[in-house]
Amino acid sequence: MEMLRTDSVTMQFGGLTAVKDFNLVLNKGEIVALIGPNGAGKTTAFNMITGVYVPTKGKIYYKGKDITRMPPHNITKLGIARTFQNIRLFKDLSVLDNVMIANHLHIKSNLFEALLRLPKYKNEDKKMLKKSLDLLEMVGLIDVRNERSSSLPYGMQRRLEIARALATNPEVLLLDEPAAGMNPKETEDLTKFIKQIRDDFDLTIFMIEHHMQVVMGISQRIYVFDYGITIAHGSPSEIQNNQRVIEAYLGVDNNA
Amino acid sequence: MKKRDYYLTFISLTLLVIFLFFADKYMDAYIVRILNLCAIYTVLGLSMNLINGFTGLFSLGHAGFMAIGAYTTAILTLSVNAKAQNFFLEPIAAPLANIVLPFFPSLLLAGILAALAGFLIGAPALRLKGDYLAIATLGFAEIIRVIFTNTQNITNGALGLKGIPAYTNLWWSYGIAAFTVLFMVLLINSSYGRAFKAIREDEIAAESMGINLFKHKVMSFTIGAFFAGIGGGLLGNLLGTIDPAMFKFTLTFNILLIIVLGGMGSITGTVISAFVVTISQEALRFLDQPIDLGFMVIPGVAGMRMVVFSILLMLVVLFYRHGLMGTNEFSWDKLLNALSFTKPLLKGGKK
Repeated sequence: MEMLRTDSVTMQFGGLTAVKDFNLVLNKGEIVALIGPNGAGKTTAFNMITGVYVPTKGKIYYKGKDITRMPPHNITKLGIARTFQNIRLFKDLSVLDNVMIANHLHIKSNLFEALLRLPKYKNEDKKMLKKSLDLLEMVGLIDVRNERSSSLPYGMQRRLEIARALATNPEVLLLDEPAAGMNPKETEDLTKFIKQIRDDFDLTIFMIEHHMQVVMGISQRIYVFDYGITIAHGSPSEIQNNQRVIEAYLGVDNNA
Repeated sequence: MKKRDYYLTFISLTLLVIFLFFADKYMDAYIVRILNLCAIYTVLGLSMNLINGFTGLFSLGHAGFMAIGAYTTAILTLSVNAKAQNFFLEPIAAPLANIVLPFFPSLLLAGILAALAGFLIGAPALRLKGDYLAIATLGFAEIIRVIFTNTQNITNGALGLKGIPAYTNLWWSYGIAAFTVLFMVLLINSSYGRAFKAIREDEIAAESMGINLFKHKVMSFTIGAFFAGIGGGLLGNLLGTIDPAMFKFTLTFNILLIIVLGGMGSITGTVISAFVVTISQEALRFLDQPIDLGFMVIPGVAGMRMVVFSILLMLVVLFYRHGLMGTNEFSWDKLLNALSFTKPLLKGGKK
């Protein structure tokens, strides 16, 4: 089943074309990677899908529904969650609060029901708390739930960001460089972790990653960007042997 | 919360009520007025802290909301005779001349009108961020002041209103202050309060977590304006006289001072700070008198005591940015630990 499709989306900033004619298809349950050199427009592609930028051209469909001009919070509500390249936690708040906040979008009680702590709100709040604790348990952060999120070590902050994204009940999860700054052991754990959440939560995962070990290890398909243009698309082995990808990463030998 | 904390809180609240009862009966009018001001500034501080401290919106429009509140209650509570006396330049607009309401509905209406103004100004202005929002809201407060100066047949213009019935007493001001504290505690600890804090921490992340920024910002702004209006109403009926010049930027600054000193994002910090600032504003009055330093004499300058607060504000912003409480709240544990002579056994403040 097709979860997400972009129809030649293009993003221009003034005279600069950050992403040009990007055609993405994500099928249910897939793990798909987006790679490319720095500044290739990968995060811009994420920002278009999540509604942070409105594409200059093209359309984005989520389960067949046009979401091109939707504001980010509505897109998240529909089921697309994301993490950020440079971690964006709610720094001064506790680990638990970070995850609790991500439950807020589905709240049904209105402000007055919440203020008066009516049973409807209390029930919802209890459910949110349970779900958040379960998520923290799963990502192994249950023991630090009352710590300030900025006090966590880097690897834990990354996991907390993923837990927070999961709390929004996504069907499609976008991970922006989840392995950035991780050591080999952490990277290995992360790879397993991504597969595990895909299975446990029935997710479709689209990730930007530089770590080739992760990318080649878990993704079924890979898109390669260079200067905003999709220069290749295919299975890991196809990409590894693609001449244009090698050129984009390693440069061209002009003396040959 | 531990049982002990419940008892301690209950005992302190009882003591407060007994004290208020005593103050109401036996203390002189000057002290009672200061006590009233403490409670009113608590309400105003909390309402501003909701917007600036908890939701992270740098708003400076508080004097405007207070003006709306103060004028609403004043006009609604003034007796028909007093209105006729006040409006001697131009008679008051017809429907208002004969409306006289009791204090509570007037206050409620003051809050509602201020909230409505908050909603109307918030809807367009909250698309702005940071300094731009501050300038827009500041401009709004000035516009309100200028409008009130020129609507002679509604607000009596620059002449102001005199003889407003002194309905505000200790029970009203402390009752409403207690209600405001309770309201804020319930709000901040609810899912909506967490959403406000998320917006303060990181708007981009909050939006990606599905929080409707605009809706929640307007919500926080409107609630803040509501309590500012009520605070303004209490103030007007305490002082007995109001005029547009009262609601200049300095008034907003005073409240800003309270929340910055108390800690942006702390309810108890605001309460403590409101009391400390209000009382010291009176206690430092001697600074406005001529001061003989021995080698030179400083002539009396009205407003000299405010310099102390300005310096204090600068010091806090430079060296102690979190203020008294930061984003933490008062807890009995901390107080008892600080008071006990023995070293606390709980190192790191853990349970």
